[in-house]
Amino acid sequence: MSVFTAQLFNHFVIFIILLLITGVYCILVSFNLVRALIGLEILIKAVTLLIILAGYLCGRTALAQAIVITIIVIEIVIMVVAGGVIFWAFKYNKTIDPRRLSNLRG
Amino acid sequence: MTVRLIHSVVGLAITSAIVSVLMYRLGSPLAAVFELSVCSGLIPVIFITTISFTQRVSKERLRQRRRERLAKFLYLPLILIAAWLTLSHFLKIPQVDLPIPYCGPDVRVMLWGLRRLDLLGQVVILLTGVFGVVILFKEPDK
Repeated sequence: MSVFTAQLFNHFVIFIILLLITGVYCILVSFNLVRALIGLEILIKAVTLLIILAGYLCGRTALAQAIVITIIVIEIVIMVVAGGVIFWAFKYNKTIDPRRLSNLRG
Repeated sequence: MTVRLIHSVVGLAITSAIVSVLMYRLGSPLAAVFELSVCSGLIPVIFITTISFTQRVSKERLRQRRRERLAKFLYLPLILIAAWLTLSHFLKIPQVDLPIPYCGPDVRVMLWGLRRLDLLGQVVILLTGVFGVVILFKEPDK
C-alpha cells in the first residue's frame, strides 16, 4: 500500500467511523422508532461506503458495486416494512416511544 | 418533535448525497447513482410519509411554522451567493485526483454473470417486502 493510498484510506475510515458512531448513538439514545430507523440507515450507509472503499483498494470495484446494489435493495425493503410496522404501532398504541410499547410484555 | 424529525430526515438525505459523491470518486458510478436516487430520494419520502402519519400537527400551528421558517431563511440565498463569491475569489481549492483503480470485469458482467444468485436473492427479498406490506395493510374481514 503506497503512502497516498494509506492516507486516502485513513480519511475515508475516519468518515466511516463517524457515520458508525452517529448511527449507534441514534439507535441507543433516541426514544423514537423513526429516529432509531434513521440510525439504522446511517449504519447501513457506513457499511456500503466501507465495501466500496475495500473494492477500490483491492481493485475490485465491480464486485463491490454488485454487493452494494444488493445491500441497497435490502435496505429499501427493510425501510418500507419497518415504516409500516411503525405506522401500525402508532395506530394501536398512539405512541412510537418504545418505552410505552409494552403490549407483548409477559 | 415533528420538525426535529424532519430535520433528521433531511440530514439523512444530505448524508446519502455525500456518500454517493464519495462512491463516484472511488470509481463506483453505478452504486453512486443507486445511492443518490434511492437512498437520497426514495427513502426520505418513506420517512416523511411515516412521520406525517404518526405525528399530528394542527393547521394553524403548521401555518405559523411556515411563517417562522420563511422569516428565518429570508436572507439565506443572499448569504449563500455572497459566501460562494468570496470563497471562489479568495480560496483556490486544489483538485485531488484519485488514482484510477485496477479495472477487473465490468459491473454488468459481474452483476448478471458472476453474481447471478444475488439477483435471485434480490427478487426474493423484494417479494418478501411486497407481501409484508400487503399483510400489514390488509383490510380485516368483517
